[in-house]
Amino acid sequence: MASRSAVAPPALQSSRIRWGELVIKGMLALCALVSVATTVGILIALLQPAIDFFREISVVDFLTGSEWAPLFEPGSFGVRPLVYGTLAVTFVAIAVAVPFGLGSAIYLSEYAHRRTRKVLKPTLEILAGIPTVVFGYFALVFVTPWLRDIGIQVDIFNALAAGLVMGVMLIPTVASLSEDAMQAVPDALRHGAYALGGNRVHVATRVVVPAALSGIVASFVLAISRAIGETMIVLIAAGQQPTLTLDPRRTVETMTAFIAATGNGDVPRGSIEYKTIFAVGLTLFVATYAMNIVATRLVRRFREVYE
Amino acid sequence: MKQIAFRGVLLLSLSVALVTLGTLLFTVFQDGWGQLDKTLITGVNSSDPHQAGARPAILATIEMGLLLLAFVVPIGVGTAIYLEEYANKERWYNRLLEINIMNLAAVPSIVYGILGLAFLVRGLGLGRVLLAGAMILTLLVLPTVVIASREALRAVPNSIRQGAYALGATRWQVVWRQVLPAALPGIATGSILALSRAIGETAPLIMIGALTYIAFDPTLLGPFTALPVQIYDWISQSDQDYTLRAAGGIIVLLGILLVLNRVAIFVRNRYQKRW
Repeated sequence: MASRSAVAPPALQSSRIRWGELVIKGMLALCALVSVATTVGILIALLQPAIDFFREISVVDFLTGSEWAPLFEPGSFGVRPLVYGTLAVTFVAIAVAVPFGLGSAIYLSEYAHRRTRKVLKPTLEILAGIPTVVFGYFALVFVTPWLRDIGIQVDIFNALAAGLVMGVMLIPTVASLSEDAMQAVPDALRHGAYALGGNRVHVATRVVVPAALSGIVASFVLAISRAIGETMIVLIAAGQQPTLTLDPRRTVETMTAFIAATGNGDVPRGSIEYKTIFAVGLTLFVATYAMNIVATRLVRRFREVYE
Repeated sequence: MKQIAFRGVLLLSLSVALVTLGTLLFTVFQDGWGQLDKTLITGVNSSDPHQAGARPAILATIEMGLLLLAFVVPIGVGTAIYLEEYANKERWYNRLLEINIMNLAAVPSIVYGILGLAFLVRGLGLGRVLLAGAMILTLLVLPTVVIASREALRAVPNSIRQGAYALGATRWQVVWRQVLPAALPGIATGSILALSRAIGETAPLIMIGALTYIAFDPTLLGPFTALPVQIYDWISQSDQDYTLRAAGGIIVLLGILLVLNRVAIFVRNRYQKRW
């Protein structure tokens, strides 16, 4: 990416300074600053009330407390139930998205005919384009009753249905990034493996997947990050009741669901309830941002190796 | 034997996604097809689920979409031009800018909702209005537009730039008259796809107060609700008939998204140049 820079204009000395050109460059830089301002804005928006919050509630109590009831009097502010809820959903989602996403990617990259791939890939992408509120509807109205039909005792709102649907939603994320990484593996490696008597299974599992591993792992990390940050599916299908459990059959509340459920109400500004939104938001932001950085690093690694 | 089994496992994983997609669409259409009446599209929300309509929500979604395009295209394309055509990539601040945009693309949408709540609604005192919704969605999809526009600009061959410079054009003349027109189809496709992502967003709008009972057409600086938020509102009612109404709303939403995607594909196939 960084290897190709824009063409520089001829290095002749210009007769005069072109003010119009400078103004334009300044305006373009201003556009670019909007995204910097967004990051700074997010940080300020989260940090200031979060710091206020941690002045009243100690960080240790926040991280280790086992009860979350900020709207009660007196409130309890242990974030663990929300974290557990998030983990329960994320775990189910990843258990679906990782194997099936990777399987789809191997099929698309190593097995599918070029014409088949041209049909399958856009179809898979449709999943990525469906609004999350629709997935939430599907989880609540179809998946939960279906789970009960096949004999799994789930609550009406449960982490399992939300996680399963979220997992399917994330299949395209895992599949398309992993497939990109596999496509970047040079054919010479495949030919070499065939020449040594390997068959297709060997080539796919022992050559291509290991060679594309950093990209594949990046797709997993990105999927985890998206699962943690996803709001609507869990808000609709997993419930709004903080429970200290990792059992996906139970009603839980995730961090995102708490933020959305509390943020929409008319919580008075400056109150401790209002500040909890930001404390939980900061926890969420830090977790996902860290994972995104890991993912971009990994992606860059596989691109550098083969291009 | 092992060969066939492995292939079977792969096909199975692919079918999980496809079968779920099929079941999802089937469920939605089965529940919602009967709900697609005139009231749903022209009526306002009601305490009787059979009379409940989504007109204010649909109008607000369309208005927000148009505002969003007006905001996000100039800013996003401007950023992309800066990064691709002007910025010196050796400089640390330009690299930071690049990394920042990549990371912003993966920030959960609910966090943008918090940003909107803190700055637009409370900080600027804009209130829980449609304009604030459009602005928050703009920031949300800005990285998408920037990334797509950069790719479109990068696909324009350097020979075109060099030719223009050779004829004495200034840098901006090269960008404005040569590079940008050539990159336009890619930029348009990316912007439309960003728009369709924004239209389906629910969580950040809930954060800035779009989850509310609206029985009148939205104005720029008035309270509003959007189509996906209206759908969520209906889903969260305990009355089963509202859930069905939500399925009707989902069909309308998916219809809008389908049209946008068709337009994007049309633009790409019709105008995209291969160099």
